[in-house]
Amino acid sequence: MRPVIQVSGVRKTYGKTVAVDEVSFEVNEGEIFGLIGPNGAGKTTTMECIEGLRTPDQGTISVLGLDPFRHVYKLQDRIGVQLQQAQLQKRIKVWEALDLWALLYQKKAIDGEHLLEQLGLADKRGAWFMNLSGGQKQRLFIALALINDPEVVFLDELTTGLDPQSRRAIWDLVRGIRARGKTVFLTTHLMEEAERLCDRVAIIEHGRIIDIDRPERLVDRHCPERTVVLATDDPIAEDRFRAVPGVEAVILTDLRFTIRGRGDDLVTEVIRCLSENRIRVTDFRTILPNLEDVFLKLTGHSIRE
Amino acid sequence: MMRGLWKLTWIEIKIFLREPLGAFGTIGFPVLVFLVLGRIAGRRLAPPPLAASSFILVSLPVLASVLIAVSAVLSLVTIISIYREGGILKRLRATPLRPQTILTAHVIVKLILTAATLALMVLAGKRYYPVDVHAPLFSFTLALLISTWSILSIGFLIASIVPTARFAQPIGAIILYPMIAVSGLFVRVDSLPPVLHAVTRVLPLTYAVPLLQGIWNGDAWSTYVGDVAALAVLFAVCTALSARVFRWE
Repeated sequence: MRPVIQVSGVRKTYGKTVAVDEVSFEVNEGEIFGLIGPNGAGKTTTMECIEGLRTPDQGTISVLGLDPFRHVYKLQDRIGVQLQQAQLQKRIKVWEALDLWALLYQKKAIDGEHLLEQLGLADKRGAWFMNLSGGQKQRLFIALALINDPEVVFLDELTTGLDPQSRRAIWDLVRGIRARGKTVFLTTHLMEEAERLCDRVAIIEHGRIIDIDRPERLVDRHCPERTVVLATDDPIAEDRFRAVPGVEAVILTDLRFTIRGRGDDLVTEVIRCLSENRIRVTDFRTILPNLEDVFLKLTGHSIRE
Repeated sequence: MMRGLWKLTWIEIKIFLREPLGAFGTIGFPVLVFLVLGRIAGRRLAPPPLAASSFILVSLPVLASVLIAVSAVLSLVTIISIYREGGILKRLRATPLRPQTILTAHVIVKLILTAATLALMVLAGKRYYPVDVHAPLFSFTLALLISTWSILSIGFLIASIVPTARFAQPIGAIILYPMIAVSGLFVRVDSLPPVLHAVTRVLPLTYAVPLLQGIWNGDAWSTYVGDVAALAVLFAVCTALSARVFRWE
């Protein structure tokens, strides 16, 4: 796989505020790469530097072999961009926007009508921008980002403000972009989105990248803890659970055990212990860590704070 | 590299016409006022008293044209700041569309509006103002377009620095309307206090007004080479300045 985006040592300040610092990473061809972190962490600044909309104070960026600052128009021609909180002219019609965008690129645009259908906007093609709902505006912006059949698609907080159903529809669409061999670079503060959608993620906090990897590997690396919660009234249970390999803590509250340990084998070992000792359980749940926990572990606070 | 210019211009014209007060407020209203005034004053003005005749024959059409141009510039300033505040400029910039294409499209829309308003005014004037005018309309329109173009560059400079859309209209008006007062239409420029006189040297209207008056009177273009050149220089300077200080968001 060859990297299509290379970012090295990027720093950007606004006055005295350091927005991003020492940011370095690579995005490979054909992957969905997510930049995740809380609001104000530097996600949008990083993305806009890569898109050529901002100039970094330090560091180098290469996208499709182009310098986003020096070759901004050449670059714009080959990428698709969806900006956070963008607007169009209030009274521009949906089809007019697509029509204009289609004309701006050197390459022949893809079929706009088909795109509208795919995005569920076909019946809105004659509507003014100002009369679209939030979700419809978002889908129009995604259509505009895809109209030139770009090699790299940039999506900044693409499902913010959407209901769960539209969110899932858009995730499918993004997977569809990857299936056609394109590269997707996205930012999100939704851990579920990152986990379900991204091949690799970079966690950013206070303008610095903390770690980069596949979501499941980040979880393995930073949060190896496993938790089993089960309910039983068997009096011998507590001692048996303490003897299970890998178990670090057993907490009993109201006949409900919380068993903590580490390693992928923990769940198997607990189940084996239950069956060998014929312990009767009335409830059994496993709690596996996710990116949310990784973020909490790495930054000491939840992403929502 | 003006890819998309005509499409964008055409879309902007359509969008403008969709505004509730867009077409009427900018084109219809001035013409309507003109017609009403013409109706009221029409009979009284004919035949024009000798002393007033020069004002009615030359200054009035020029004043009307300058007002059209200034209101076009003002509306450009407002549109640019609304587009910036709404993130529309930023979204347009994240395409291969060049900044100068976006701005040129707006300028063309405003020039077309200026020409359309002027044409309607002339038609209305023919009907209600009994004075027999033999002004070279084509040359005059050209002179007005050149003047508007130059004033537009000041508009860009204002649009580059106004903080928010709320301030665009008042700040634009505060800067642009006094320009009319010292343009030479009402008071001779060389009779102004020295400081003010110096200021007028860098204002486009100082050159636009003699040019418009002269062309209206039927003078040859060659007489006004200096004024046209001054307008061009002001345009170049203001455009270069606004290119440096322009904010897209």
